[in-house]
Amino acid sequence: MSRDAWSGKDVLSILDFSRQDLEQLFAVADDFVERPDSVEKSLSDRIVATAFFEPSTRTRLSFSTAAIKLGAKVIDLSPEASSVMKGESLPDTIRMLESYSDLIVMRHPSEGAALLASEVGRVPIVNGGDGSQHHPSQAMLDLFTIKRLKGRIDGLRYAVLGDVRYARSATSFLYGLSKYSPRVVYLVSPEGLRIKSEVKATLDGFNLETQQVEDIEKVLDKVDVVYMTRIQKERFPDPNEYERVKGSYKITKSTLANAKDAIVMHPLPRTGELAYDVDSLPNAAYMEQARMGVPVRMALLHLVLGDRKR
Amino acid sequence: MSDKETMLVQKISDGTVIDHVSAGKSLSVLRLLSNPQNRGVTVALVMNVGSSKMGRKDIVKMEGVELTDEQVQKLALIAPLATVVTIRSFRVTQKKNAVPPKVVTGILNCTSTTCISVKEKESVQSIFSLAGSSPLSYKCKFCGRILSEQEISAQLG
Ligand SMILES: [Zn+2]
Repeated sequence: MSRDAWSGKDVLSILDFSRQDLEQLFAVADDFVERPDSVEKSLSDRIVATAFFEPSTRTRLSFSTAAIKLGAKVIDLSPEASSVMKGESLPDTIRMLESYSDLIVMRHPSEGAALLASEVGRVPIVNGGDGSQHHPSQAMLDLFTIKRLKGRIDGLRYAVLGDVRYARSATSFLYGLSKYSPRVVYLVSPEGLRIKSEVKATLDGFNLETQQVEDIEKVLDKVDVVYMTRIQKERFPDPNEYERVKGSYKITKSTLANAKDAIVMHPLPRTGELAYDVDSLPNAAYMEQARMGVPVRMALLHLVLGDRKR
Repeated sequence: MSDKETMLVQKISDGTVIDHVSAGKSLSVLRLLSNPQNRGVTVALVMNVGSSKMGRKDIVKMEGVELTDEQVQKLALIAPLATVVTIRSFRVTQKKNAVPPKVVTGILNCTSTTCISVKEKESVQSIFSLAGSSPLSYKCKFCGRILSEQEISAQLG
């Protein structure tokens, strides 16, 4: 199996990877899920740095766990305690970190931060989310979850619900779908949270057509996958706007009454848009999705760093 | 230039005439092209004259100055239809059209407040790539934000 697409490369956006590259990742991840006891410590003697310039528990912990399971040591830059808060530039911080580590997983509130870091640093940069567009490892694990639960990604009908404007998981998911051939993709979001024109233009460039619909109830019986996102307060320029829309687009057990076998996905954490009474339904896929975080990130780290010449 | 236009400004022996500048943009052109080397040169502006091609246009003359290819490219950002005429000893020695550069580094500013090129202004140069030429548009390398022709003009004007 060729590792050229991955070995030593930055992972900035899912758009940089072909469908074949993703299938390669999924095959490795499948192996890690199915045979957890025979995982090779391909990252022993390696140091992985995590640098999260924005709070995140899940992504940081799941990358750290993935690295440790592959035998790597993990160092963590906590911005509050470092010179970042004293005004050090991102390029300087990255140069410092790369002198201590073999790979940097970073998250940053600004679009393009990971790209900038990749231009400064010589070690691979893995984007754990920057700005409102790119969160490649999330999109990879989302697609992987669908593949495991539905047996395929092509030909399915999708609804992406909630914040399609500021939620990087939703945009990255759509970018990931653009590598496949979904039958239909509905976008269900309130006016202020609709897809950005530059994102739409990118999807058009990959021939991924989307249909804006007003109401999730109208399409629930016509979809195979409901992809939900948290409505993120910190992404709103105006807090009043947030208060106005936060209650809309909620999924509960009763809204799912005619959803047939659609699976419900959510990158978590949830903030009220996904009711707890959904948890016990067969439709609930978000626990499985969360469980796939570590194996997919293991596969990613393994392919990028696992057999690089030292 | 027609005879009528030449009457408006004295002929220059050596230098550059920038013709077909969008009406009202000649001062922006001067600002964009200004650098320490051409401080103190004689400049003449003709503003808002009739043009068969553009309706109204401006003309900029700079004495003793010849533009580099890079300057001609920059010029295209605010005067995409401009023609740059080089004059030596009262003769036209070269005529070129301003062509928008494929990549513009450090001149334009991204309009997204959450873009890293805006947040880290001191440590990063903005980088835009040509997205469309008529009308002109450029795309931010970092966040994908598109700058329209009006936004570009506003930033450079
Ligand atoms: Zn930008």
